[in-house]
Amino acid sequence: MCDHRCFVYEIVKMSGSSNLVAMKKIVQQLRFEASINRVKVSQAAADLQQFCMQNALQDPLLTGVSSSTNPFRPQKVCSFL
Amino acid sequence: MGEMEELRKEADNLKDQITEARKVVQDTTLQEAVAGTTLVGRVQLKTRKTLRGHLAKIYAMHWGTDTNCSKLCVSASQDGKLIVWDTLTTNKVNAIPLKSSWVMTCAYAPSGNMVACGGLDNMCSIYNLKGKDGNVKVMRELAAHTGYLSCCRFLNDSEIITSSGDCTCILWDIETGTEKTIFAGHLGDCMSLAVSPDFKMFISGACDFTAKLWDIREATCRQTFSGHESDINAIGFFPNGNAVITGSDDATCKLYDLRADQELITYQDSGIMCGVTSLAASLSGRLLLAGYDDFNVNIWDMLKAERVGVLAGHDNRVSCIGVSSDGMACCTGSWDSFLKIWN
Repeated sequence: MCDHRCFVYEIVKMSGSSNLVAMKKIVQQLRFEASINRVKVSQAAADLQQFCMQNALQDPLLTGVSSSTNPFRPQKVCSFL
Repeated sequence: MGEMEELRKEADNLKDQITEARKVVQDTTLQEAVAGTTLVGRVQLKTRKTLRGHLAKIYAMHWGTDTNCSKLCVSASQDGKLIVWDTLTTNKVNAIPLKSSWVMTCAYAPSGNMVACGGLDNMCSIYNLKGKDGNVKVMRELAAHTGYLSCCRFLNDSEIITSSGDCTCILWDIETGTEKTIFAGHLGDCMSLAVSPDFKMFISGACDFTAKLWDIREATCRQTFSGHESDINAIGFFPNGNAVITGSDDATCKLYDLRADQELITYQDSGIMCGVTSLAASLSGRLLLAGYDDFNVNIWDMLKAERVGVLAGHDNRVSCIGVSSDGMACCTGSWDSFLKIWN
């Protein structure tokens, strides 16, 4: 499985000062990404689940649309454009 | 040579640090967390409309969002046309001939005033739909990318973000036609992008197998997500903006949580062996609709990661998919030259 490491090594194979600059940028970016605060997966999962539940009834693809309220059904299409 | 070696070691250490930090907050898995939740019942959507008119493969489609055009959508085909459709009547509101027929993406501005497209011409062309004389004309041609335009999305009528085969994404000032910010960092072609619901961030998926979260105003890459084993072709936000969904040539989709900074689950099935081309979430986020190379769209229960439906109706690859802004319908576009509206 390819991760960040594969691509870091590819750059190292090349030589030259421009690649030193590129490498420094990569390190700087990794430092930035390492420093973020992380929320527990249990919290993240609970929040996703809660959002799904709270909005379930307002999700037409999930609840289904009755033919009388379905604007795409062929019979009486009343649209105000 | 010594400095390069040191930097390489530091990069490796930081990569390990990130892996560790992600493990520290992994007190459970999404699968465990939703163990008590019932699987969504079988989802059976029917084709309500078929939009006929393109004469070649459809590569992209995008729904309008403004209340005036929530049932309008734009599609791009390699027949060299952008068509704006009224999906309720199936009428073509606009049929815009393009300078370059090698189009790969299109977008509808949130205001409904403009559409944009681009492709192998390396440019993003902006069209004004509300011109005075009623004719649709090119308003701007945004040229600076050195590779194909894979995706574009409007922030508003004066700003658009593009992703390119040159491995960068660009935030443009449409008025002046110039680059405001260049987002560099991907090590492979950028294939897709999506803007967060609050318009403050965007995510990009690339051929380096990673997805990156970018802060638009700070002009920085906040987070990078790995795990896919091949190119990421499609990307989207979970409706509350806190998670990202990706679709890849490795035949899987993945859900990454932004606050936990890690992958929560993979949507895969041993029976699915072809690449994911496109994806869209339903309004509540509970359903993930993903288009595949095998001509089908699979509908997944996003929490339980099980397939709960299939949309079979196209005679060729499903290249694009979108859910309307009111969640009422899903539109699929295909290499078979048709768009279908389902609910």
